[in-house]
Amino acid sequence: MFEIKDLHVLVESQQAEIIKGLNLSIVPGEIHALMGKNGSGKSTLAQTILGSPYFKVTQGSISLNGKNLLELSPDKRSLAGLFLSFQYPSEVSGVNVLSYLRMIYSKKTGIKLSPIKFRKLVEEKLELLHMKDDFTKRYLNEGFSGGEKKKMEMLQMVILEPEVVILDEVDSGLDIDSLKVVGNVVNYLYEKTKMSILVITHYARILNYIKPSKVHIMNEGKIIKSGGKEFARLLEEKGYAAVSN
Amino acid sequence: MLPFQIDMTYSQVKKDKRDRILAKPNSAPVGLNQALIRQISGIKGEPKWMLDFRLEAYKTFLKQKNPTWGGDLSGIDYDKIRYYLNPGSNEKLNWSEVPQEIKETFEKLGIPQAEREFLAGVKAQYDSEVVYSSLREELEEEGVIFLSMDEGLKRYPEKVKDYFGKLVPSADNKFAALNSAVWSGGSFVYIPKNSHIKRPLQAYFRINAVSMGQFERTLIVADEGSYVHYVEGCTAPTYSESALHAGVVEIFVKKGARVRYTTIQNWSTNVYNLVTKRARVEENGVMEWVDGNFGSGLTMKYPSCYLVGKSARGETLSIAFAQENQTQDTGSKMMHLAPNTSSNVISKSISMQGGKTNYRGLVYVASGADNCKSHVECHSLILDKKSLAGTLPQMDIRNSTAEATHEASVSKLEDEKLFYLRSRGLTEAEARSLIVSGFIEPVVKELPMEYAVELNRLLEFEMEKAVC
Repeated sequence: MFEIKDLHVLVESQQAEIIKGLNLSIVPGEIHALMGKNGSGKSTLAQTILGSPYFKVTQGSISLNGKNLLELSPDKRSLAGLFLSFQYPSEVSGVNVLSYLRMIYSKKTGIKLSPIKFRKLVEEKLELLHMKDDFTKRYLNEGFSGGEKKKMEMLQMVILEPEVVILDEVDSGLDIDSLKVVGNVVNYLYEKTKMSILVITHYARILNYIKPSKVHIMNEGKIIKSGGKEFARLLEEKGYAAVSN
Repeated sequence: MLPFQIDMTYSQVKKDKRDRILAKPNSAPVGLNQALIRQISGIKGEPKWMLDFRLEAYKTFLKQKNPTWGGDLSGIDYDKIRYYLNPGSNEKLNWSEVPQEIKETFEKLGIPQAEREFLAGVKAQYDSEVVYSSLREELEEEGVIFLSMDEGLKRYPEKVKDYFGKLVPSADNKFAALNSAVWSGGSFVYIPKNSHIKRPLQAYFRINAVSMGQFERTLIVADEGSYVHYVEGCTAPTYSESALHAGVVEIFVKKGARVRYTTIQNWSTNVYNLVTKRARVEENGVMEWVDGNFGSGLTMKYPSCYLVGKSARGETLSIAFAQENQTQDTGSKMMHLAPNTSSNVISKSISMQGGKTNYRGLVYVASGADNCKSHVECHSLILDKKSLAGTLPQMDIRNSTAEATHEASVSKLEDEKLFYLRSRGLTEAEARSLIVSGFIEPVVKELPMEYAVELNRLLEFEMEKAVC
């Protein structure tokens, strides 16, 4: 169970409170959507969950299976099973994609596969993503298009097989075809591992591909409304305006 | 493929002679004077012209002043330096006297105890003769000369005389003058016409780098159409008690020849590393400097190419890494003296824990040299607030047809990137070393494999230190 209780978060640099008492719990295998306007604090929440140095938790707790995540460094949170698909993934020049993937894979799983075996593993995942082999010869996110960056995030996700996946605006910068691919990959991993998913978005269109069982509306640092599948359907039919009021 | 490696200090010295050297009262006293220079030359049994060359250089050395730029040289006390160490010197360090941090680095790099002792200067001798003699035979069959400078002078005095000091005259700078007066060790390499040496020539068996000496002198002549890759140094920290390292390297690249010269140095921080490296490149020749500077307290080194023949090409790829109490003042000089010559410089520097790096370079295009092209790129990465990086590129273009570009960037290690990598399970140290090794990748990929591997290990270790 992934749980956030009465979370308050400051932006370190401005001392401004962005998240003001947020509660959220996701049972293993559930897919939740978190929607809200720009500036409602959605991305801050995503970054805070992983332990971004830019934000400071002043109150509340975040836990996974009873383990307090706030005490852990970002890498420990990742090893504990969290994965955040970044809205803006960093470009790391000179770092070969394949050897990077092998590095994070062995950190996460403790398994050191030979480069040849690991390449095989990656090739299978690349197929899922409709990505070409030469992708792995490039430098990490360097010169990648917006869509390629999102696919790179998905590739890392399927390699790490996390327990909790947070998708931060995963649909931004994607055309319909890429959006379908991303949706398929998330569903593939969901079928395989039944991980918990939190889809953060301000467009409903991604929810056509990744179907949430719960939808939350966030405004000014709080969840102001939550609902189940009915709520999601309403959202789908009548749009965001219908549910946010 | 194994590189050719030769223990320059010992391989050419016959057993009996080696014993004789070992039996001699070991090193010269501190300080420098004419009598000592005569003594050095005498021990080596040099021809008179070399003695004269040394004595002349000594006069120049006395006249010249320390450079006032580049770094603080005021700590050098010329009267306290030992200018000649006999190869068989009995004055070895005790393992217990080797600084702890150097021992730790050895540990992390996984260097066996036996090798550690050589690198630390505890032992001065390692006999790799047996292992590598077959490789040497292979070279000799090709007509390649690959000897220590001392031995080269003995066996090929005329050939040496034709080139020695012709590219870096002793009056070039104070340290070149000093080297010319007291040089010892280094290599003499001659590659015959059209001879392509596939394996890199490695001047020193890795663990013998410590015997490389303070004032080594290297001369490489690559005859027309030939190719050679020469490698010196090692990534493991080289502890030297001697505070001054002033080497001179001269390279003659004949018509259509190509020479690559790779250096990796990691001197202990008490060392002033002041080296003059220069190549003269003839028509269609290519000179490539690959230079990695990790250690020393102050390094001042600017490998240069004199592009004297049409369509000659010069290239420098360098990495400088400065930590606490370290200044790396490095760069490259490209002198376009003939038409259609081209040059390319890529410099990467990293400073952390109060270290200072500086790119200092010159591109010169002579008025008669039409259609020259030059590209200089220097990128600095600063890992923390205490550290500094500077760029001092200079261009002196006297021909309007020249195409010269310069690109410089100074970047900080971004928290955002660190966070991104850490969120995927990498520790802060791992994330840092990944970013840094990516930053220098364009240069590292040009290194021989074993060096590249060691270099990455060295970086990982340094990054761990930085995080603690």
